Amino acid sequence: MGGEKSPMSGKEVLEVYFLENRARLIDIASFLDRVDRTRDPETGKTDFRYKAFMRGLKILVESEGNRTKALQINFSDLSREPRKSAVGLKGAYGAWEGPFGENH
Amino acid sequence: MAHGRDRLVKIIDPHIHMVSRTTDDYQALAVSGIHTITEPAFWAGFDRGTVEGFKDYFNQLTVSEPARAAKFGVKHYCWICLNPKEAEDLKLAEEVLEIIPDFLDKPTVLGVGEIGLNKNSRNELKILERHVAIAAERNELILVHTPHLEDKLKGTRLIMETILSEPRISPSRVIIDHGEEHTVEEIRDKGFWVGLTLYPNSKCSPARAVDIVETYGSDCIWINSAADWGVSDPLATLKAANEMRLRGHPESLIQKIFYENPKAFLSQSPKFEAS
Repeated sequence: MGGEKSPMSGKEVLEVYFLENRARLIDIASFLDRVDRTRDPETGKTDFRYKAFMRGLKILVESEGNRTKALQINFSDLSREPRKSAVGLKGAYGAWEGPFGENH
Repeated sequence: MAHGRDRLVKIIDPHIHMVSRTTDDYQALAVSGIHTITEPAFWAGFDRGTVEGFKDYFNQLTVSEPARAAKFGVKHYCWICLNPKEAEDLKLAEEVLEIIPDFLDKPTVLGVGEIGLNKNSRNELKILERHVAIAAERNELILVHTPHLEDKLKGTRLIMETILSEPRISPSRVIIDHGEEHTVEEIRDKGFWVGLTLYPNSKCSPARAVDIVETYGSDCIWINSAADWGVSDPLATLKAANEMRLRGHPESLIQKIFYENPKAFLSQSPKFEAS
């Protein structure tokens, strides 16, 4: 199943997308600084979402390809059994709290 | 790199919830070249309490909304089901399943959808199996909703297992929607069509959707807005088409993704005719 490839050159990709992604990167730094400035930063940093986020940053730096897929899997529920009940549950958190919700 | 040429792209938006949108949106669709849409049955933002509530909604989808769309020159088709978010109340769900076949007979209904899972629960799976059985008995097309965010990968796999366990259903008559980077390959490897949804934060941006096409190819794939009552954009398909044009993809590929592909899948229903 081959892809269509990008018709753009590497330089063109940078010309079109660099500034918006530079801004996103700075937003991420600002978000992490915001957690640091809270009255209880340790509470935020032990939250399962924060931990998944930090693992995600490591994936960005260390992966050499397929970063998007690796990031998606990082945030995913990797269990296989159906949940016993979804009563009272509608939305999603964006990260998996672990098999027993131990990081919740 | 080719920048915006003044061409009106012909687009089908195969997944959009027009009952939640205004007449201004219909006008915008029509003047932008989106003249054919399909609307899956979905969650209203709250749980409906009675089977009569569902009946009213299905009447809206099959009678009122096609008439409203026609005033703007837009062809409106729909899909009928009980959304997985309302599957936990099994008694009510069974009552709703009883009335679904009558609505599937309506002339603008293309199949069963958007069925699937939301939080991957046992009751959701039971109701998914019931929908799949209805589709198999009637040889209906299926449009699948996959769960959000952390639930998507597991839910997509459970859904595919459930559908593939029904031998009367060919995966080529099933579109698994809301695919993303971690699910697209598995979905197509199993013979299903895959949908990409342009929705802020929780699904794909136009740029990422085009990245997925560049990575996995343009076969058996469609792109939709899924615009609804949340923050969403009924013209998102145009923005993704423009993203392809900006990158220098040929018009023929843009036409394939946004018109020919959805037309090919939907034309498996004899009721469908693209505008």
